[in-house]
Formats: sequence, structure tokens, C-alpha cells
Amino acid sequence: MPTYRLVVNDAAHSVESRDPAQPLLYVLRNGLGLHGPHFGCGLGQCGACTVLVDGVAARACTLPVSAVGSRKITTLEGLGTPDRPHPVQAAFIAEQAAQCGYCSNGMVMTTVALLQRNPHPSDDEARAALDGCLCRCGSHVRVLRAVMRASGRTPT
Amino acid sequence: MMAATLSRRALLKAGGALVVTFGMPSIAGAQRATAADRAPAPSIDTTSVDSFFAVHQDGSITCYCGKVDLGQGLRIAIRQMAAEELEVPVDRIALVEGDTALTPDQGPTAGSSGVMRGGVQIRQAAATARAALLALASQRMGRPASELMVVDGAVRARDGGSGVDFGALIGGRRFDVKLDPKAALKDPRLYRVVGQPLPRPDLPAKLTGRHVYVHDLVVLNMLHGRAIRPPRPGARLLEVDTNSIIGLDGARLVRKGDFIGVVAADEWTAVRAARALALKWSDAPPLAGAGDVAGWLRAGPFEATQSLVTKGDVAGTLGRHGTQCGGTYFWPMQTHGSIGPSCAVADVRADGATIYTASQATHKYRPTFARILGLPTDAVRLVYLDGAGCYGMNGHDDAAADAALLSQATGQPVRVQWMRGDEHGWDPKGPPQLVAMTASVTADGTIDAWRTEMWLPRATAGLPNVPLLGPDEAGIAQPPGISTGLITQNGDPPYGVANVEVVVHWLKGAPLRPSNIRAPGKIANVLAVEALTDELAFAAGVDPLAFRQRHVTDPRGSEVLRRAAARFGWTPRDTDARRQFGGRGHGLAYSHYKNNETYIAMVMEVDVDRANGAVRVRRVACAHDCGLAINPDGVKAQVEGGILQTLSRTLFEEVAFDRNGVTSRDWHSYPILRFSDAPEIHVDIVQRLTEPPLGAGEAACVCVAGALANAIFDAVGVRMRTVPFTAERVKAALASARASTA
Repeated sequence: MPTYRLVVNDAAHSVESRDPAQPLLYVLRNGLGLHGPHFGCGLGQCGACTVLVDGVAARACTLPVSAVGSRKITTLEGLGTPDRPHPVQAAFIAEQAAQCGYCSNGMVMTTVALLQRNPHPSDDEARAALDGCLCRCGSHVRVLRAVMRASGRTPT
Repeated sequence: MMAATLSRRALLKAGGALVVTFGMPSIAGAQRATAADRAPAPSIDTTSVDSFFAVHQDGSITCYCGKVDLGQGLRIAIRQMAAEELEVPVDRIALVEGDTALTPDQGPTAGSSGVMRGGVQIRQAAATARAALLALASQRMGRPASELMVVDGAVRARDGGSGVDFGALIGGRRFDVKLDPKAALKDPRLYRVVGQPLPRPDLPAKLTGRHVYVHDLVVLNMLHGRAIRPPRPGARLLEVDTNSIIGLDGARLVRKGDFIGVVAADEWTAVRAARALALKWSDAPPLAGAGDVAGWLRAGPFEATQSLVTKGDVAGTLGRHGTQCGGTYFWPMQTHGSIGPSCAVADVRADGATIYTASQATHKYRPTFARILGLPTDAVRLVYLDGAGCYGMNGHDDAAADAALLSQATGQPVRVQWMRGDEHGWDPKGPPQLVAMTASVTADGTIDAWRTEMWLPRATAGLPNVPLLGPDEAGIAQPPGISTGLITQNGDPPYGVANVEVVVHWLKGAPLRPSNIRAPGKIANVLAVEALTDELAFAAGVDPLAFRQRHVTDPRGSEVLRRAAARFGWTPRDTDARRQFGGRGHGLAYSHYKNNETYIAMVMEVDVDRANGAVRVRRVACAHDCGLAINPDGVKAQVEGGILQTLSRTLFEEVAFDRNGVTSRDWHSYPILRFSDAPEIHVDIVQRLTEPPLGAGEAACVCVAGALANAIFDAVGVRMRTVPFTAERVKAALASARASTA
């Protein structure tokens, strides 16, 4: 069976996949037990599966495992822990910016990527960055406040 | 594995406590739920305190709750209610939710009943437990209970000295007392925990990828399964081409009647096999109503015509003494739109079954699954684990049935997660509604008569369950039933009108399998009521806020109107019939949910682009009185979520279908609200410490469509009556308004 070497959350893994087209998401969830990224649509439409690929937000549900190569993957688990959350995770917790939380992975990962390239986004820039992330519970306004908090501003 | 006599204690040993620790890793007390296995097994009837609470030797407490946290914050609110009465810190209470083997049946988590009924029952059990602890301490300390008090998990003498803590009093033993409906509740003026905006215990784990959703559960020897649905509901499976999945190593077929599925040890293999499997199906009757649901609703035949409200003399009053207004409103079928497709894990064995499910109604579905699997009810255990938010019965119960059938056939635990097209295509849908309302207003600005007529799919809240797909396909008899929720409520105005009629024409079914969806039916009804109220105000030349204040009879209703207007900065609207419309407008809506629950008033500001019809909601202000708000921030989150979700439903959402089935099977063909669409939201929670707590999950939703329609009118002068208010529809309404005035 073909084997792929992946670097995920700063650790090297060797994973097998009979199908080179298998999306990275299935490998992360079932092969590596990383459940932060969620399956939402399998179509790249909702963002629930978002991971960072070399620091850039990407949809793990449509990214073939064979296309990852040596790029570094970061998942929600790789950012922080409940006791030591990443600043973006801490901001989401402080703003209570989730309800069911199923989609939150996409919001958090997308925000981390956004703040890396634009540490002080405007409200419009934050909305534009998050527009590909769907939330059904309606946590949008809290998520936007969390982005502002994570960028060092006091949310209004 | 599971015998009928297995006790709660044994079940906890067998793994129940493991599930508990999954759910709440950030609550210290949750870990101690394992200690519950030292407590004698109580019976799970709702009249016994032991059914709700177990005190452990270390003084920690497990609370067994039949209601579940679907993302609405029940997980903290219930703890707050229990902690307040028991006088213990919140984090000393672990919560077990919706496990049929461990929790009492408190009914489905639906209809905003979690706190209002489930929490209130648990609060009463906690008050009873506190009285029992006082009595025990009284014996132990040799002092009358009146000289004792409960403080921080211990009973102490009021005049000082060391007390005795709960663990020492009853740790590991049963209370053996009946829940006392008259047990004295704590004086609300002394609340320290209830009314506080405590953070939700599950969010740190959810936001760091450590929370275990049902989607994340892994069970030893678990297979991954997928069911393949017919090309049209009701089609029979004629042929299965087993060669079509050769080469997908390890994929196996399961067939039972017309139910067909695949399983594989590897999930991606199961997905590929489900896609590759070549099947031949029979024809089936085409779906009704394709292309014209409103026409289908109006045409009948009707099972029944029912008079819901008859007050005064509508026929003799309507339009006789003033101006008459009216219109017909249509609300389309909508999907629950859960971001995670439904998922479940089932472990079915010869003598029992355990089903891990995100169901809102584990207890209710327990006998259903027993019948499906041919097992005695008490050998079937449904364990609640979080799913993606569902807002009503989405596909979770169907996915659980798929998993159960596949597990029974293979003899191994099976996890089924639907794909996106399954969820959009096959989750039961919010029913379509056609609602016509007519009313008249006298020259002095009084609504004197009101008639409402509805055409709706039958609502059968009393029947057992919505029939599940897999068992239907497998030919397993299920009791008939659909559940649309109580979709006729709030079809009459909350304004003390003297002459009112509400009539409903019931259709037998619906084009697509219906189920309850958030605030069932009431969003459309309040849209019609509030849009018509706005028309009447305009006809009478009275500001919409003043008009409602004049008609509202309930002081709590009046207060939310006042507070929403203040929070928004309401300015009186121009009610001159010759007025100009500038493209920006304010709209107002008010409701008293179900006529006996939460009071809501909402003001909305919109911009409407005349060129393309696009509606942009700029600001929303909502005043919300649900009585005692257990956790005001939790209530606020529910109100915000209800506003945004209902804006999405009103602006964008309609299930598209043809004679074969749903054609809007992804987020492109079924768009929902995005970040760029989200308005500013201001929520004012009216806190009423001495009133009973009411629901908060649904009430705010009902004012959204009405406030939006009224704001659109105020902006551009057209009345929108067909949902969704897409840019195309608004543009068409503007064109037709221009044509009629030209």
C-alpha cells in the first residue's frame, strides 16, 4: 500500500492510503486520531475541515493526501490545549464564540491564518476572510468579536 | 451483553462514565462521575430524587439529566440551577445527559423546554435533596433543622461551629425520598449562581479539538458504513451489481429489503464503495407539489378543517367599520442545515444494543429502536453524544437507524456519517405553510376584527415518531406519524382584538417528509400577523410602535416593546400614504411566544438596493423577557443565534425539489447567511428573578421575518409575503409596485 510521509503538528508521521485521492481529512481523523478538523461537506464549501498548510488555511476535505508532500500541516489540536489555548482559541473562549462548536474549527484556523498575514484586520477584512466558513447556530457576531480580541483590540 | 436487569451502577462500570468524561473534560467534577458506580443503582423514575442526583463520598455530585445540550448551553444552565438549590459550587456537579440507561425520561429536548421544564424539574429535585440533607444533618447533629443551614456543600449550625459535609452525610448512598413538588425553593434574592453569565464548560475542549462529538467516537472493531438512498422516495431495489465494488478491498454489502448499505473498516473505502455501487431501482410515484408548493397546499384534498380560535363576530365586523387589509403569506420547506451531516455509532448484539446518537429524543426513540432491532426495550440503550447543531429533528435519528441496521447485519459496531448530499437531500424538512390573514382597523385606529386561514401539512405531535428512512426501506413496520411541531400557534394577534377567527385546513402529508424545525410554524405565522399589523398601522396613519403599544394588553409585552425601541433608537415612521421611500428603513415586530411563554420585541434596520433588490440588514435590536434568565449570556447567545439563523431562513432558504427529490443538495444550491451578511445585534435581556424561567431557543426567531418584512416596506414601500426574500423577489416586487403606480 502506498505510504505518505506527513508532518502534522510538528511531528512526522507515516500513513498508508490505498487511494492517492483520499482526502487528507480522512487520514487526519481516522489515521492520526486528530478530530479537530470536522467533515462538513466534502466539497470545500463550509470550512469545517480547515487545516493550515504551511500556515495557509486549506480545506482538508478536498486536498488529496498525495498532494500534501512535505508541507507542514497544523490542526486545531496543534494550536493549543484547553489549559494552554492559542491566543485565537483563548479569544473564542473569552467571547463564548461557539454554540454547537462543530464549525468552530474552521473559524479558529481561518482566523489564525488571517492574523498571520494581517495582524490587525478591519471588520470588513475579518468578514471577508471568514466568509467561506459557514455557521448554522448563528455565532457570527461573537466570532467577529473574538477575531478583534485576538488581534489585540477590545471588542465593542 | 446487556441484560434487561442490568443496573445503572453496572452500566456505569461498563462505560457510561467514560462517555461522561468525554463530554466535559474541563469540568473537574465530571471526572468524578466514575464514583457514581459506588452508589446503589436507583430506579430511573421521575418521581425519585435518586433518579436525578447521586452524592459521592468526596462530596461531588452527579446530576442525571434527561434533556441534552445541543449547543444551547444547557450544560451550564442545569448545573447552575442545581448548584443554587444544593449550595455547592457549579464545578462540583457532573452532568450526565440523555443516556437512556442513566437518566430519567424528561421528554425530548425540543420546544425550548430544556430549562423551562427539564431544569425546573431538576431544580425541584435539588430543593428536595437539600431538605433531605438538612434532615439527615439534624439527626446526626442532634439539632432541629431550623437551626441549621446549607453552605458550600455542607450543613452547618446557624450559630457557627463545624458542619458536616454532603459526602459524609449521604455519600455513596441513596436519598430514598420522593421528589417533593412543594419543597421550598431558595429565595431568588439570595441567588449567587443563577442569573450569572457563567462560561460554558464545553467550549475550551470544543475550541481546541478535544471535545468528543458523536462523529469522533471510536469503538473497538468499529466499521464505517454508508446507506445508499433510492433515486426517488419509495422506489424498490431491483438489482444490485456486486461487481461494481470489486477492487474496493474490504467493502461489504448489506441489504435488507430495499435498504442497501456498504461497510468497510476504512471510512474512505466505504465512501468510495457507496459511490461506486451500481443499483437498479423501480419507479415510484412522483413527489407532490414540485414546482408549486403553494398551489399544492391550497388545492387539497384536506383531511380536516379545524377552527382554532372563534372569538366575537368576525363576519359581522370585518371591514364594516373601517379599512380592511390582508394578504397571503408563503413559507417554503427548509432544511435544518446542520453543518455536520448526521452521524451515529451503533453496537447491536444478539441480546442488546447500544446506540450513540446526537438525537434530541433518546428516550422517545428507545422503543422505536427496540422494534427496529427486534429487541426488548430495556435491552436497548441510547447514549447521547453531541452532534452538529440540529434545531429540530434533522437526520440524526435516521443515521442512527442506518448504523443500527448495518451493525445488526454485520455483527460489529458500525459508524455511519451521512454525506452532505444525504443531509440536504434526506433530512426531514420544515413543512411548507400557506397563511392568509385579513383584518380591519377603525377610523380611531383600533383593530376591530381579524381572520386567519392556514393550509398546512398535518401536525401530529401526539404520534410516536417521524418514520425513519432505513427501517422504512427495510420493510420494518413503524407506527405512522409525522411531527411538524405545533405549527398553528401565534396565528392570532397578541393584541386584544375583540373579534378573531383562526381556521386551519390540514393536508395529509407534505411533498417531503416533514419534521419540526426551530420555532415550528410560528415564524411564518408571526410574519403574517406582524406584517398585517404594520399595514393596519399604516392605514390608520399611526406609528407602528405607538400602534402596537396601544393594542398590547400585557405589561410585559409593553415593556419589551419599549426596551427594544429604546435599544434601537426608534424614531416614529412616516405613515403618510403619499410618503417617499428612501431605500433605508426600520421595521418592528412583537410576539408573545405560544401566547403564554417568552415576550419578544425586535427592531431591524435594512438597506434595500433598488437596482438589484438586495436586502442588507444593518442592525437588529431585541428585547427578550423569558422570565428568570438562568444564564443571561447563554440566553443572549440563543437570541443572537435565533436572529441570525432566522434571517438566513427568511432571506435565502428554500428547498428545491423536483418529482424525484431534493435538488438543492449542497451549500451552493442551498445558500445560508454568511459572515458578510451578519448585522450588528443588540440584545436586552429582561431579568425577572421571581418569575418562572421560560424558553429562549426559539422565541426570538419568531419576530425576525416580520421585523424584516416591515423594515423592507419602510425602506422601499413593498410588502414581501413570499419567503425567502431573495434579491430577485424583492426586485420583482419593486417592478410590480412601479407598474401598478405608473
